[in-house]
Amino acid sequence: MNSRTTVERTSDRELVATRTFDGPARIVFEAWTKPELIMRWWAPKSFGITFLSCETDVRTGGSYRFVFGHAASEQPMAFFGRYIEVTPPSRLVWTNDEEEDGAMTTVTFVEKDGKTLVVVHDLYPSKEALDGAIAAESTGAWPEQFEALDDLLTTLGASV
Amino acid sequence: MVQYITTRLDASFAALSDATRRGVLERLGRSDASITELADKFHMTLTGMKKHVGVLEQAGLVTTEKVGRVRTCRLGLRRLEEEAAWIEGHRQLWDARFDALDKVVEELKRKEKVDE
Repeated sequence: MNSRTTVERTSDRELVATRTFDGPARIVFEAWTKPELIMRWWAPKSFGITFLSCETDVRTGGSYRFVFGHAASEQPMAFFGRYIEVTPPSRLVWTNDEEEDGAMTTVTFVEKDGKTLVVVHDLYPSKEALDGAIAAESTGAWPEQFEALDDLLTTLGASV
Repeated sequence: MVQYITTRLDASFAALSDATRRGVLERLGRSDASITELADKFHMTLTGMKKHVGVLEQAGLVTTEKVGRVRTCRLGLRRLEEEAAWIEGHRQLWDARFDALDKVVEELKRKEKVDE
């Protein structure tokens, strides 16, 4: 089956992910805002990521902090920022402050016939910021994995 | 052939295994820069930075061009492929998240029905 998740770079500064969920907007919105629910889906097990903690203060000006562990990394990773707009059940906007030039994330929830279209916009401050994020993440998201691979390749190279 | 592929892969992964070189790629993702600027930014000697850029260049991740006395570095031709690969990786991440979110939404819906 083809996946129903789409991700597109819609402009120099913006990435957009979409998916439709089989449920009303208020339920989907709840799953995006309650820590005990966020922890069940935000860090996919297939990516080897696990939640260490999840705190959200979901109101305009409130902050959030997600901390993850990864099998290949000893250091936990923290993602944090502030909620800029909270409009249940249709709109959430937050900042991503763990990195310089981080994106502003806007999530919209549009309900139709009992289903909810979720659109996640990541708007970067500049084209350079998004290009930089792509260059950094595509090469360095999990440095330890590259190091392990490097060791392996060195071993292979030595035996050729 | 196997040796050729191993050598190519080796060059790429060796290039990426070093924190400074990943930093250089990130920096060049924002804008082109001279070797001198990169050396300054990463607190290294020119010779040290030249070596790092040489490794990235050999792996095809960076290209350089000398104009007068200044050698300018920019991301290599693989950048477009990298962007496509990154976006696909990003899509897989969201897809995995959303599959899990589907289950949460299903469960919340069931609970609501029971509570009614």
